[in-house]
Amino acid sequence: MRSILTIYRKELSDYFSSKKFLILLGLVYITGLTSIYVAIQNIRAAAQSSTDALVFLKLFTTSGDVLPSFLYFLSFFIPIIGIVFGFDAINSEKSSKNLSRLLSQPIYRDSIINGKFLAGITTMTIIVSSIILVIAGIGLRVIGVPPSAEEILRIIIFIAICVCYGTFWMSLAMLFSVVLDKTATSILTSVAIWIFFFFFVQIIASAIANAMAPLENASLATQIRNFNIGLGINRLSPSYLFMESITILLIPSGSHLFLRAITTSDISNMILSPLSLGQSLIQVWPQIIAIIALAIICFAISYVVFIKQEIRST
Amino acid sequence: MENYIITTKNLIKKYGSKTAVDNLNLNIDKGSIYGLLGPNGAGKSTIILMILGLTEPTEGFISVADFNPIKEPLKIKRITGYLPEKVGFYEDMNAFQNLEYTGQLNGIPAKELALKIEESLKIVGLENDRKKIVKYFSKGMKQRLGIADVLIKDPQLVIFDEPTEGLDVEVANQILETIRELNKTKQITFLISSHQLNLVQRICDKVGIMSNGKLIGEGNVKELSDNTFGGNKYQIEVEIIGDIRKVSEKIKSLKDIKSVSVIENSLLIGTDEDIRQEISKAITSLDNVILTKMNMKDFSLEDIYLNYFKEV
Repeated sequence: MRSILTIYRKELSDYFSSKKFLILLGLVYITGLTSIYVAIQNIRAAAQSSTDALVFLKLFTTSGDVLPSFLYFLSFFIPIIGIVFGFDAINSEKSSKNLSRLLSQPIYRDSIINGKFLAGITTMTIIVSSIILVIAGIGLRVIGVPPSAEEILRIIIFIAICVCYGTFWMSLAMLFSVVLDKTATSILTSVAIWIFFFFFVQIIASAIANAMAPLENASLATQIRNFNIGLGINRLSPSYLFMESITILLIPSGSHLFLRAITTSDISNMILSPLSLGQSLIQVWPQIIAIIALAIICFAISYVVFIKQEIRST
Repeated sequence: MENYIITTKNLIKKYGSKTAVDNLNLNIDKGSIYGLLGPNGAGKSTIILMILGLTEPTEGFISVADFNPIKEPLKIKRITGYLPEKVGFYEDMNAFQNLEYTGQLNGIPAKELALKIEESLKIVGLENDRKKIVKYFSKGMKQRLGIADVLIKDPQLVIFDEPTEGLDVEVANQILETIRELNKTKQITFLISSHQLNLVQRICDKVGIMSNGKLIGEGNVKELSDNTFGGNKYQIEVEIIGDIRKVSEKIKSLKDIKSVSVIENSLLIGTDEDIRQEISKAITSLDNVILTKMNMKDFSLEDIYLNYFKEV
């Protein structure tokens, strides 16, 4: 445990003094503050058109005519933050010839990967929670409405989901840093996977769904089948799971309706009211568990590969 | 086993079908400087990894200071310093911070650690560079910092992989001097893996020669020389112009000659007496033969090494 803490402290201090941390923090703050500006401009209209009383959450979900909401920015930046903190975790130690020296110290090998992993999670948590708290603080000052207890809980869970999602990307990047010797290759591979999940899975899902259940002159059953195929494929993407979970959590009125195929007659029979926190959590629980499981799987693979790797100094 | 810091018995390490270390029986005395020689792929680095518990033997027994590297790797690493061939440091940290990190990983209390760092830096002559960022260090300075790094934990055993590779003569000499000094004053055992035979010859008490995972020769330079070149007291090297076979026959007829080997236009004569005068007379008595050179030969480790690999 002592060695994990030593490595954790060193990594944490490295992250906080590194240029990549400052650049990421700057980027996240610029986009975060831009999105809060947009949200404040449009929050009155958004609040009036909404049926629920959770106005404070609209700071994070309201978009403008041109700029998207903070949620969208965050879904874009969290994978980048995760990848940046993981892509060179192990292979940079190898290429700088530090790993052999580290391994010859009286520490268990897993202390190295565990220490780095924990430091990465801590740094991500600080970045994500600080920007969310800054936005909340500015919002509180500008709109003058304090958050309710439920809103605070939703924000805390939102931060936790963001950290889990970032941890998945960090674990994936860390896996590549263990398997691939060159840092450039590991970052490129991680970014390629992120681009695939973020941009292409939806296109592929739609193409496959349309091929399997064409919508042209389709019956209601075919339309539902098309929706379900598309949804099933989309849910293979961690980015989609993340967006689903945080949207339902932060937009409790109606967003959950997109989780399954619903006909207009279904809607006409519904009494639309915002979901309580418990109900929202029940809706997104599978998505959250899937994200956590993916993060654990990636970390477990990198852990096992690293433990079994033979490290030579040459 | 008490006098040995490292003992291996029938040690085997295989990577798939390839045998990296083959039935190795090695005993390294406490307080000695042991040189491990051999070409690339001979199995030297694999032995070092097994000693440190960083890879498991396929078969056989290994003990380091009476600890088992597989079951007790941390106990071994606590008393063993390892300086790899290409030593790396955190380049954006200064020398003191790098050593401080090593000390923290070794669980040395902060107060004691500061003193140890100062002492280690002084031993390697870097006491005035403690606050210098490591990226501005020369290769020699980094190597010296590497020695300071292994000294932090007060090791009983230090393993150096090519400690003077790529260093200029002056720096290499300083490092050798430091090793000798540490061996003498602190009774630290050194295991040095190197290609640089003159270095090994200069400082090692005992040498092991490895080839294809096997220990093909072991002993001090004199023992190795005797085993390799017949154990004669004197080896006289003679160069001539003329019929070398005729000269060889003439010398063989002399008294006290143990062996005569012909190597191109020179002869290597093994004898227990210094009979250079008799040899000279015998050669000059022959027609059409000119003696161009004659000297008493001390076998260097390089001669022994080359002879081993000529045979292998």
